[in-house]
Amino acid sequence: MEFSMILIPAAILAGLGLFFGILLAVASRVFAVKVDERVPQICEVLPGANCGGCGYSGCEALATAIVEGKAPCSACTVGGHTAAKKIGAIMGVTVVKRHRMRAQVMCSGGEEYAVKKYAYEGAQDCLAAARLAGGDKLCPYGCIGLGTCVAACPFEAIRVEKGVAVVDYRKCEGCGACVGACPKKLIRLIPFKSAHWVGCMSSEKGGVVTKQCKVGCIGCGICQRACEEGAITVNGFLAEIDYSKCTNCGKCVEKCPRHIIWSAERQENGLYLHRL
Amino acid sequence: MSFTDILLLMFGAILVENFIFSKFYGCCPFLGVSEKPDTALGMGMAVTFVMTLSGAATWAVYHFLLKPFGLEYLKTVAFILVIAALVQFIEMFLRKFIPALYASLGIYLPLITTNCAVLSAALLAIQNEYSFVSAVAFGFASALGFTLAIVVFAGVRGKMEFSKPPRAFRGFPITLIAAGLLAMAFAGFSGIRL
Repeated sequence: MEFSMILIPAAILAGLGLFFGILLAVASRVFAVKVDERVPQICEVLPGANCGGCGYSGCEALATAIVEGKAPCSACTVGGHTAAKKIGAIMGVTVVKRHRMRAQVMCSGGEEYAVKKYAYEGAQDCLAAARLAGGDKLCPYGCIGLGTCVAACPFEAIRVEKGVAVVDYRKCEGCGACVGACPKKLIRLIPFKSAHWVGCMSSEKGGVVTKQCKVGCIGCGICQRACEEGAITVNGFLAEIDYSKCTNCGKCVEKCPRHIIWSAERQENGLYLHRL
Repeated sequence: MSFTDILLLMFGAILVENFIFSKFYGCCPFLGVSEKPDTALGMGMAVTFVMTLSGAATWAVYHFLLKPFGLEYLKTVAFILVIAALVQFIEMFLRKFIPALYASLGIYLPLITTNCAVLSAALLAIQNEYSFVSAVAFGFASALGFTLAIVVFAGVRGKMEFSKPPRAFRGFPITLIAAGLLAMAFAGFSGIRL
């Protein structure tokens, strides 16, 4: 066996490797694209979950948009104020503090409360069900409960309980991905610390609501009168809480005859949600 | 090789000897990137792009470098090197000169550096002793077959999203079964003799 039988193949392979190495090294210089150095810096600060809650395809896309001035420094709701402050420092601007938000499904009409108008046996998806006469619940505003928001949530914070989607606050980052996913527009972002909300979105007249659901807002206005801060307004047969005025006193909860104003209480293992 | 021969070769590579359904090459991107039809199409386009170019590059390396020195046995390792370097080069080139294409293919390119479908297309072209033109055509057609398979499968998976299989079958099991059924459908093409 000649020594060259090993030497030549080794030399050719090494030469090939060297050739490509040099080629790539040259190419990386020649084809270098100038990226704004702030983009990777902002990427570092962003959570990196690529949840898409900001409306961009991922964290890098958002970072590029921030550098280009197309998105505000506080565009990332998941990163919250800490991320916004750091991004502001990179971009050279000061960021005003924003409240942390959480998603809330504004419907309480589970299987035991809401009246159904037909039995749905189709694709297990709210968008599909919503096209069949607006879903199987008689109430046109009710949660369909097939979990389109569950699939949209990048943090696995939503589950469907007894036909209504429920958000787990320990996991919710307030990104808002579910808000756009819900075909009924039932999910809203409310301040993280707010203790009360109206668990209904129906703006039907009171008489109609009582036939559709045992736990719907009839727009009686008792909560509006009970609220000392003037935070509740009944608009189109539906009570709404203005969170900039709400002091979490809980008077509306006691007075609501339909018991649909929810309370969240802080307990040892997180928030405890209930209604009277 | 006449033009008809090349057309027949391409037809065979796309349908009869589909890379995924009859040869089982490139199954990882086939299962991994087939959740949505548009990402599947992006992956397919990237594979097509790389497979065609690597078909040309590996043919040249084999016939002008390995064969004269009698080093045919080195083709596997040499091709891996060539393909990896080529993908890197293409990525840099696209980023600089065709940013729009880079934006749509960019994330898939690094994924197919070591894709077995790309490597096997190059190796098969050598094994079947294709000429340069037919080697390139074979690479291109095989990749088209891959694209067809992955896009069709993404459509099937889209339908499955909204169905409720038994708990034991949810996720990957039902996906694999669907892939098997699709492969069986493609087996119908194997009756065609070219």
